[in-house]
Amino acid sequence: MEFPESNERRKKLGQAIMFGLSRGISYGIVALLFLILFFIVKQGIGVINWEFLTAMPTDGMTKGGIWPAIVGTVYLVLGSMLFAFPVGVMAGIYVNEYAVAGPVKRFVKMMTNNLAGVPSIIFGLFGMALFVNQMGFGASILAGSLTLGLLALPIVIRTTEEALKSVDDTFRQASYALGGSKLYTIRKVVLPIALPNILTGLILAVGRVSGETAPILFTVAAYFLPKLPSSIMDQAMALPYHLYVISTSGTQIEASRPMAYGTAFVLVVIVLIVNIAAALLRNYFGKKVKMN
Amino acid sequence: MRIRRFTEPIFESLIKICGYSSGFVVLLIIVFLFKEGISFFGSSPVEEGFTMYVHASNPVKDLSAAQIKDVFDQKITNWKALGGADQPIDFEFLPKCIDSYMDSLPGSLAFFPSAQTDGKLKSAIPIKIDKITVGKFLSDTEWFPTSRPAARMGVMPLLLGTLLVSFFAIIIALPLGLAASIYLAEIADERIRKILKPVIELLAGIPSVVYGFFGLVVIVPLVQSTFNLPVGETALAGSIVLAIMALPTIITVSEDALRTTPRAMKEASLALGASQWQTIRLVTVPYAASGITAAAILGIGRAIGETMAALMVTGNSAIMPPTLLQPVRTIPATIAAELGEAPFGGLHFQALFALGCLLFIITLIINLLVERVSAKRN
Amino acid sequence: MANKLETIDVHLHYGEFHALKGISLAIPDHSVTALIGPSGCGKSTYLRLFNRMNDLIPYTKITGQVLMDGEDIYKIKSSKIDHLRRTVGMVFQKPNPFPKSIFENVAYGLRVNGISDNSFIENQVEKTLRQAALWEEVKDKLKKSAFELSGGQQQRLCIARALAIEPTVILMDEPASALDPISTGKIEDLIFELKDQYTIIIVTHNMQQAGRVSDYTGFFYLGNLIEFDKTKKIFTNPSKQETENYITGRFG
Repeated sequence: MEFPESNERRKKLGQAIMFGLSRGISYGIVALLFLILFFIVKQGIGVINWEFLTAMPTDGMTKGGIWPAIVGTVYLVLGSMLFAFPVGVMAGIYVNEYAVAGPVKRFVKMMTNNLAGVPSIIFGLFGMALFVNQMGFGASILAGSLTLGLLALPIVIRTTEEALKSVDDTFRQASYALGGSKLYTIRKVVLPIALPNILTGLILAVGRVSGETAPILFTVAAYFLPKLPSSIMDQAMALPYHLYVISTSGTQIEASRPMAYGTAFVLVVIVLIVNIAAALLRNYFGKKVKMN
Repeated sequence: MRIRRFTEPIFESLIKICGYSSGFVVLLIIVFLFKEGISFFGSSPVEEGFTMYVHASNPVKDLSAAQIKDVFDQKITNWKALGGADQPIDFEFLPKCIDSYMDSLPGSLAFFPSAQTDGKLKSAIPIKIDKITVGKFLSDTEWFPTSRPAARMGVMPLLLGTLLVSFFAIIIALPLGLAASIYLAEIADERIRKILKPVIELLAGIPSVVYGFFGLVVIVPLVQSTFNLPVGETALAGSIVLAIMALPTIITVSEDALRTTPRAMKEASLALGASQWQTIRLVTVPYAASGITAAAILGIGRAIGETMAALMVTGNSAIMPPTLLQPVRTIPATIAAELGEAPFGGLHFQALFALGCLLFIITLIINLLVERVSAKRN
Repeated sequence: MANKLETIDVHLHYGEFHALKGISLAIPDHSVTALIGPSGCGKSTYLRLFNRMNDLIPYTKITGQVLMDGEDIYKIKSSKIDHLRRTVGMVFQKPNPFPKSIFENVAYGLRVNGISDNSFIENQVEKTLRQAALWEEVKDKLKKSAFELSGGQQQRLCIARALAIEPTVILMDEPASALDPISTGKIEDLIFELKDQYTIIIVTHNMQQAGRVSDYTGFFYLGNLIEFDKTKKIFTNPSKQETENYITGRFG
């Protein structure tokens, strides 16, 4: 059979073009990420100093610092994790250790997926309807934390489930063989092995929650507060919301630009810390578990 | 030992309760969203406590919100256009005394607090105003929730705006994401892949408000100067920002799908003399087609639900029909922008919850679609 | 009889692992050679030398000579590798049709190699499906997905797919190990038919199969070629103790 020789050249050329293109696009996407990070770091780093991080905003939020927004975000992260972490981990344990394969388990997993796919603004609406109005918490750290906690719930459930799934069954069987009950086995054998991966999920959830804006718009976030919140029933400022308001509203958008760059810088640093911490944790414990 | 026998069942039921938590939350979301959203339908578009009145002799018996607004904007000035007699419309917003006002003007239409009339009227009668229905909500082409005397709450410009921004975002993101996922799954060697993948996943970790801010200070001016526009906050700017945000989802999901192509199938293609690229194009990508479709749908879902970035860069004008180089307004951005100002429990408040219901239904459909598409593969 | 394929002192390393330890072997033209041996002995790796499939695995190092018609196929330009793979067909352990129609599966090799004449392709598809004894079973559903065929039919489709571009050598990597006895019988009949036109190397776990279909047999063990001879000789009077142990089922 005669195969056309020209086809060989066409094949080679086509491959060279398409490989080059996909490599170029991949590096382009990475370059884009670095461009975004570099841009925000370059514009924001000049603003960062001790005063910016620890002072109250002044002069209609064109001067001063972002201390109350940092405090508010810390409260919201703590509050949401206080709720989402235990509930999510237990739900993950239920899905992986207790639920029997079948329609119920499928339904639970489907609901977790659906919850993860709900847009964050819906959480905001829901949090306002349930926590702010129905339960009467008003716009408060409590309402905001619970709303963010619900948003973080599927993240914690899924990572816990994955972490537990990766624990080899022989560990469980060994414990059962020694007479350990199911809960005892989970508590003393399975959870310690899965812990690093569960913690990775926690860290990623913290990263997500600290950057969310839409869910806190109507449940907690304040445009400006002259003093720090003193109870969980107070409103609070928060970093992402602060960035939103000083970059889009107010009469002095240009004057508050440096503040906006500084806030964006802090948010980006949080993201980087969270991702690096998660990666380190995964690597560090990943090796340690193997060594044991 | 005895204590444990006592506490273990408690713990285990607690675990079980938590296991159902996500289902419970989804249920609660549905209940609270739809409770507010559904009460929107069937209400009158006219502000509560007020009624529209016409002269008792006027043959026109009912008006729609759109007609009222046209009268108010003086686009309609004659009753003939509304199916009545050929006489000019005298529109009065809050006349001093409705009865005496109406008496002298047979062509009058007035907006008046219903409580002040006490039902004893000689010459004025209240006109029936069409209630808000699901059909009207979906088909009305104007969104003026605060316009008086009658609010226009048509979801059409918002829905089309959302879809325009999201689909165009995917049109940008899908080819780029697919190329990157092919590179990661099939071309790059392990060492490079191990570096690139976490970097690309980092894109997913950046908060949407930071993307919005970046879009505002970089993409928006860029779009404005490139296309020589009066404002840079446009659907296009939104699409570009949302495309960047959708990239990590598309890349991760389609890379996973490409990786499921059996090695033997790729080897069979190479063994027949196909080049590596031919193998990718003719075997690997078709095999992973359903996963890539799922990636695209997921990406659209993310873009449709994205709030802050859309709010900050799309310009937020409910123009009909929406176009790429004009400001548009998306559903989530509308909720975010207006809920803070809508009086609690009022018509506008309920309308925003109805928007939330619509958004929830759209994302639910998208989730189910993704599940259907990925289940087909197994 | 001329030697179609020959290896001279071939060593292959996967990273640290020494998979082939100096294999020298000549395979005659128009014959069926069976490679036998326990799992992990290197027989599949050896088979994959001849269409350079091992190249795809990272950290692979190959020394020695692999000759086809006297030419070292590891010295050819990288652009000629596609050409080499066109002349060496391969059938895999599990049936692995492409996610395409039956027709397009067989036509695949023609199309990727630049043949666009549709009537020629149609003829070639029919011819090879007949050769693979599959034509009668599939002629009415050529447009249907290849996944709708049974496992045995899929494997014969894969053989037809390999035959369509008219290779001179066919490599078979345990082609019947995933099939039921009836399908296996059909594949073996097919191999018998094909050997007039092709040089066939078949890797198999199944001793009876090697005895039934092959003219020559090579026994591999721990990366070494222990013995190579006429099949009859290997199965009745092997010269090495290891071969005898393996054939009589004392290990492996």
